[in-house]
Amino acid sequence: MSVEQLTADPDLEASARTPLWKRLAGDPQAVITGAILTVIVLVGFLGPFFWTHDPNAADLNYANALPGDPNRPLGGDQNGRDILARLLASTQTSIIAGLIGVIVALLVGVTAGLVGGYLGSKTSAVTEWLFNLVMTFPGILLLILLMPVTGGDYRVTMVIYGVLLSPAIFRIVRGLVIATKGELFVDAARVSGLTDTRILARHILAVIRGPIIVASAFLVGTAIGVQAGLAFLGVGSSAVPSFGSMVSEGFTNLYLRPMQFLWPSITLGLITACLILFGNALRDALEGGQKNVGGRKSRRPASSARPLEPIPSEENALLVVRDLQIGYPASDGTVRPVVKGVNFTLNKGEILGLVGESGSGKSQTAFSILKLLPAEAVILGGSVWFDGINLLEASERDMQKIRGRRIGYIPQEPMSNLDPSYRVGAQLVKSVRATTGVDRKEAKARVMELLERVGIANPERVYRSYPFQISGGMAQRVLIAGAVASRPALLIADEPTTALDVTVQAEILDLLRDLQKDLDLAIILVTHNFGVVADICERIAVMKDGRIVETGEAVDVFDNPASAYTKSLLAAILDESTVRADRPAALAQKQE
Amino acid sequence: MITYVLRRLGAGIILAVLVTFITYLLLAPSFEKIVRSILGTAATDANVAGRMQKLGYDRPVGVQYLDWLGGVFKGDFGRSLFTSELVGPAVTQRLGVTLSIVLPALAITVLLSIALGVIAAVRGGTIDKISQGVSLIGMLVPSLLLAIVLVLIFAVTLRWLPATGYAAPSSNFDGYLRTAAIPIFVLLIGGVANMAAQVRGAMIGELRKDYVRTLRARGMKNTTVVMQHALRNAVGPAVTVLGLEFLAMLGGALFIEKVFALPGFGTYAFSAALRGDVPVVMGITGFTVLLTVTINLLADLVNGWLNPKARLQ
Amino acid sequence: MNPLLQVNNLHVAYPSKKFFKPALEIIHGVSLDLAPGETLGIVGESGSGKTTIGRAVLGLAPVTKGSIEFEGKDISHAGKAERRKIARDLQVVFQDPYSSLNPAMAVGDILSEPLVTLGATRADARRRVRTLLDQVGLPHDAADRLPREFSGGQRQRVAIARALGPKPRLIVCDEPVSALDLSTQALVLELLLDIQRETGVAYLFISHDLAVVRHISHRVAVVYRGEIVETGPAEDVTLKPEHPYTQRLLLAAPIPHPVQQERRRAERLRLREQQREQHEQTAVGLSRA
Repeated sequence: MSVEQLTADPDLEASARTPLWKRLAGDPQAVITGAILTVIVLVGFLGPFFWTHDPNAADLNYANALPGDPNRPLGGDQNGRDILARLLASTQTSIIAGLIGVIVALLVGVTAGLVGGYLGSKTSAVTEWLFNLVMTFPGILLLILLMPVTGGDYRVTMVIYGVLLSPAIFRIVRGLVIATKGELFVDAARVSGLTDTRILARHILAVIRGPIIVASAFLVGTAIGVQAGLAFLGVGSSAVPSFGSMVSEGFTNLYLRPMQFLWPSITLGLITACLILFGNALRDALEGGQKNVGGRKSRRPASSARPLEPIPSEENALLVVRDLQIGYPASDGTVRPVVKGVNFTLNKGEILGLVGESGSGKSQTAFSILKLLPAEAVILGGSVWFDGINLLEASERDMQKIRGRRIGYIPQEPMSNLDPSYRVGAQLVKSVRATTGVDRKEAKARVMELLERVGIANPERVYRSYPFQISGGMAQRVLIAGAVASRPALLIADEPTTALDVTVQAEILDLLRDLQKDLDLAIILVTHNFGVVADICERIAVMKDGRIVETGEAVDVFDNPASAYTKSLLAAILDESTVRADRPAALAQKQE
Repeated sequence: MITYVLRRLGAGIILAVLVTFITYLLLAPSFEKIVRSILGTAATDANVAGRMQKLGYDRPVGVQYLDWLGGVFKGDFGRSLFTSELVGPAVTQRLGVTLSIVLPALAITVLLSIALGVIAAVRGGTIDKISQGVSLIGMLVPSLLLAIVLVLIFAVTLRWLPATGYAAPSSNFDGYLRTAAIPIFVLLIGGVANMAAQVRGAMIGELRKDYVRTLRARGMKNTTVVMQHALRNAVGPAVTVLGLEFLAMLGGALFIEKVFALPGFGTYAFSAALRGDVPVVMGITGFTVLLTVTINLLADLVNGWLNPKARLQ
Repeated sequence: MNPLLQVNNLHVAYPSKKFFKPALEIIHGVSLDLAPGETLGIVGESGSGKTTIGRAVLGLAPVTKGSIEFEGKDISHAGKAERRKIARDLQVVFQDPYSSLNPAMAVGDILSEPLVTLGATRADARRRVRTLLDQVGLPHDAADRLPREFSGGQRQRVAIARALGPKPRLIVCDEPVSALDLSTQALVLELLLDIQRETGVAYLFISHDLAVVRHISHRVAVVYRGEIVETGPAEDVTLKPEHPYTQRLLLAAPIPHPVQQERRRAERLRLREQQREQHEQTAVGLSRA
């Protein structure tokens, strides 16, 4: 009975179920750094069983001994202690220090993060305040100042440092828990009667464990670095071998025996570098690298160059789209087309409805007219003729002159399309000035006039408001004002009423109709809603799978759809004749 | 705006009081041991008790702390247990040296991070890869090792800069630049590695937002949209971590001071802690916390200016 | 016949996020009832409180006053253990098929978890999952896949299967088709109707879309600003409404045909004028009084 398809993205399917370790095994960075770290840990802990020299045994016979001596293979330090034995012992110290720090940070941070995130907002506020307090402690300084308390034991010091690190974990966990808690699947689990602990363990921890593992890898590195740094300063017992104290001693002896400095530095640097690189690989495996969207370049393959194409000269035509093709790069290096040869003509002052379901390519088509496709989009071919030029070949500078002035844009989601940091008036004044170059005073006057024109009852107040202080319907009116500010000839409206309530939708459609008449606008209205199309559009183009399957006068398409797809869409509409007729089973039985 | 500032200021002061109080509580159990070490092994229990009483350490911890706090509000941080010098002037003098390294490093970090982050996010491609590579190196090389390597190159091998020493910027600016250049550079490498990545991530996120496209659709220049709109929204989160970055740099400065033999307050704190010089330890804690609170307040102010929602709600 | 669900004078108020601020009341005294096997549509615009009513029935919103009787027992303040018992008979399908399924769990686990919580053995649960997948028209191998491998409509089928798991008597459907494409929406509604005819489950069907509610409901209640302003048989309320708000709502919803819609639009503008005049008259009347 299902006509839907499984998601057509094979990479997504493949990556979805591959376990984490398998994805890591395929990443050379993870494999190499992971192997190095494993070797270092093994050598640090097993090495002393094979090389049993006491790392603290001083023997002045070997003071500053050169490497190569059978008793001091890597040489001796200034007290004649065995550098190899000290390196092995220091590795152990480092690893233990790192683990203590991270385990304490995880215990404190995860527990508090789960509690603070999951329980009520007041508990949450209190825990957050407490951890802000911990963050304000001057960490390393505090560890030094607390020497009278710790007695110089590096393990106690690392416990305290773990607490100081815990806010980092706490913040991650709390943020994720709060975000996850609002997810509906947690509500669904609650409706099923799952206990809080089970919800936390099964639903929330499962989602947030990835970022915690990544953060832990980095924190081990931080903790090891801090332990070494403290030992370098001399905080801690001299009986515990540590990279820090070795570096410090090597530093004083630098000119005589540079190797004494190099051995611990290289090992320490290798451990921290591997931890960070491994953490990065882990993060990439878990969330996929953050790709750059960039702003400027729009790649154009050679196939789009068709210089000899004549300018279509249809009478009254404002916009002519010919064989438009747009694609997106897939992970296998090919470009997957999403718009596959779209043709249509828009006359002056005409309202065209571009209708289709999600993924039909209708929005991509609309954005290509403004040349505001995402940076990774590739225009594979075709032309968009407007004002006698092919917009697909226009430069960014030319487009700047066309956008706003000749072609306006009304977006779908009113709130996210206003800059949250500027007052409504300031945003509009800026765009008016960008397109017309009038001075601030005149721009303001024009904006006030526009706000009134789009039906805002109190323009003065809205002018001074921030976007989050006005309603969605009001924000959509503001965006319409912005779109028509420079009296464009063409408006691109991308689902302009989809995010609004029906009563507001009706008013916005009234406004668009009014403006269209007043300004003699041509409008391309992208929508999935046939009611909206019926209300405002004169002509319809139905899109499916990157192609236009049917174009025609609105009434004709509704009354006599030509394509099977349009027919099936129209059949799926619940109109006023679809009223539930059967009675509830229980009541019906009773009456029989 | 004024209530916002006052609220933040109030929270900061409470925070400072709490941090110093907790530090005092942590130190309090070792007071007797410290007094014993001052008096030497020959001291009797009575001697110790007498000195404890004289120093006021026999009173309840809360009273002792309030006493200290009262002094602080009058500008009196007490005297060192060992050298009897006034803690206030001693700490500020040492702190001045450290800050003359940390504050320039912090300022340059902020500017450089924003510039690098924005360019990497907007231009992408090679520039992005290079800046990410630099960030990674900055994170991978422990600053301690970097400091030592730089000394080896510039001071020992090339002899362009002195390896150690310090000149105050007020008395000998040229000397200050020569002695502080490497320490500042070491600190800001770590800072930039951290912060530039953050700005880049925030910028990339911001450039994907709907309003950026809408503003461009109104015919605004791409650079205007990036610099005046996207950047303003992206830089807020980076500014809020300024306080943390300051603390991290202060921590880093402690190690670096030792490498370059700078007379900063790291060495001072170290010797005071080693001896258990309570008033000095408290003084250092107090000053550091006040500094952090001030930096946080500044960050909050900038953030409130950038982000009206935080200010108005 | 005893109602399956009876809500009396329900008030819901959320405690303020800040300290020492009064709670914010969303629902101001709502009463409704629902018979076994019946669908009650609740229609309203964003912020009307329609979703909150459903959440209160599910125990996800704080009830401050009034009662919610399910199978004769007041469940408005049911504890965790009691909720677990009720869960056998009361289930939910949410709007967003993306966030209502845990992205980290395979579909089979999503479906079997509530069953196991209710005391089923693993083997029983696994058998039941197969039946459920059949019932909602998904292939059996769906059980081993993650939610993100499915389209929106298919995810919504998974959510419906999860709700059907314990053979409930009532499913709260919170905008279950609003996020779906037109053709998918029709299929999912058809599925819900089929299931109701087969199993006799009752639906509390919440939606902003009058056409959807008209299609699936026996009776309809209209919510406006936290109150029910009109209740009645679906046909009456959704085609011949009496309350001015419902009238506005009906006339604002565009008819998918240009000619009919033009008539509808004229009607709406006429009603707007009429209501404005009435409003002014009452205002004048009030100021005189």
